[in-house]
Amino acid sequence: MGLKERINAANAEAFRRIVAADPVLVDVAPASEVIPGMRDRLILHSGPPVTWDRMCGAQRGAAIGMCLFEGWAADPVEAEQMLRSGEISLEPNHHHSSVGPMAGTISSNMWVWVVENKAFGNRAFCRQVESFQQFGDHSSSAIAQLARWRDVWGPALRAAVRKMGGIPLKQLVARALLMGDEMHNRVVASSSLFANAVAPVLVDCGLPKEQVVDTLYYAGNHPFLFLGISMAAAKASVDPARGVEASTVVTAMARNGTDFGIQVSGLDGEWFTAPAPRVEGLLLPGWKEEDAGLDMGDSAITETVGWGGFVIGGAPGILNFTGGTAEQALAFSREMRSISVGRSPDYLIPALNFEGSAVGIDIRKVVQTNTLPVIDTAIAHKEPGHGIIGGGIVRPPLECFTKALTRFGERSSEWSEGPLSGRTATSIPSS
Amino acid sequence: MSVLLEDLFQIAPVFLNVGAAVFGDSLREAGYEVVYVDWSPPAGGDARIADLLDDLL
Repeated sequence: MGLKERINAANAEAFRRIVAADPVLVDVAPASEVIPGMRDRLILHSGPPVTWDRMCGAQRGAAIGMCLFEGWAADPVEAEQMLRSGEISLEPNHHHSSVGPMAGTISSNMWVWVVENKAFGNRAFCRQVESFQQFGDHSSSAIAQLARWRDVWGPALRAAVRKMGGIPLKQLVARALLMGDEMHNRVVASSSLFANAVAPVLVDCGLPKEQVVDTLYYAGNHPFLFLGISMAAAKASVDPARGVEASTVVTAMARNGTDFGIQVSGLDGEWFTAPAPRVEGLLLPGWKEEDAGLDMGDSAITETVGWGGFVIGGAPGILNFTGGTAEQALAFSREMRSISVGRSPDYLIPALNFEGSAVGIDIRKVVQTNTLPVIDTAIAHKEPGHGIIGGGIVRPPLECFTKALTRFGERSSEWSEGPLSGRTATSIPSS
Repeated sequence: MSVLLEDLFQIAPVFLNVGAAVFGDSLREAGYEVVYVDWSPPAGGDARIADLLDDLL
């Protein structure tokens, strides 16, 4: 088998694993209970690795917020000293089977959604989505929201999800796509479907009435509730496609507000980075372009499995958040086919005659066509201390893909002869 | 073949515009049909990456 045929076969296998995924929400739990390698005085963050001195303003603000949430520091000044001195460790979510929205910060006592991919047995985790601390706001009111998630909403939803024996997500996501969601910044339908599913069970869990009512109100009125679940589902779906020898399929796109990083199946463990780009979009009233920080968050894991910008043509409702026209959105979804391995048999776009979403970003096709993945995203302030300021559309730097392709070329002699081996052939079961 | 060639010159030409879209603008303004093909050199014209793509894709 020649190198090109070997790469195509490896990509077909990576694609098969992604579309075979069967994500199920199985729990809501404190990070310390479930995230591999979680420990005291550790903050997980979005994007590729970054040190405090290179960290952007919004992510610094969010890290300060986590120090206050955990009680490690009495005030923001002490928190910043601890972070600057290295007393608090910083590691990427993606190194812990996790993802987080915007700054993406997760620490021991942050509760997370737990999604298990039943087809392969792996789990992935994502914190809840809100509009303040994850954008760098470390005010007392922002931290109070995290505490309510930890003390009230998280435990109540855990009781309901466990009582239900888990909530299958494949069908729920497929249905939400037919209702105008795109599973990234437009998750109104899926959030409602989720709230409807848990409500009758939640009232029968033996919890205090006040906690039940408070949680029902939270779940029923949070327009971004499902984003944390869809991110965990996407992470759980794509992780089995990591480490397929000779595959050029992207397994992660993540940003920390300083760097944009991608990971590639056949180059597992390596990051390929370039400076984070500016997001083109709409700002909330009162904010100006010069206030905006650069692209940030692990939420592009949704695009990595063919949601988000890849299905935005079926979700025109999102355009009042990101800007753009319905025609542009349809063109984005069509364009993404040219850089992908195949189409999803399950996640369909009604506005494109129910064709499946494009799945399996191939770095070769990205570089050949100069067509970069489309990502819809929120916008954070460039300085610490603020909530969400807008939303828009962004594309990764081409440099991430040319760096990955160059590295692939350096290693290609390893894959040019002989049978496929290692994880490709043995450790991931067929489904 | 000669009949086909004669036919060809009886009908208005359709132009194929590859790459820079601006080249088709004047033809369009003159009333001709222009089909645009969105294309740019691989990797933004980086010859080293283009060679690598030949090996991998």
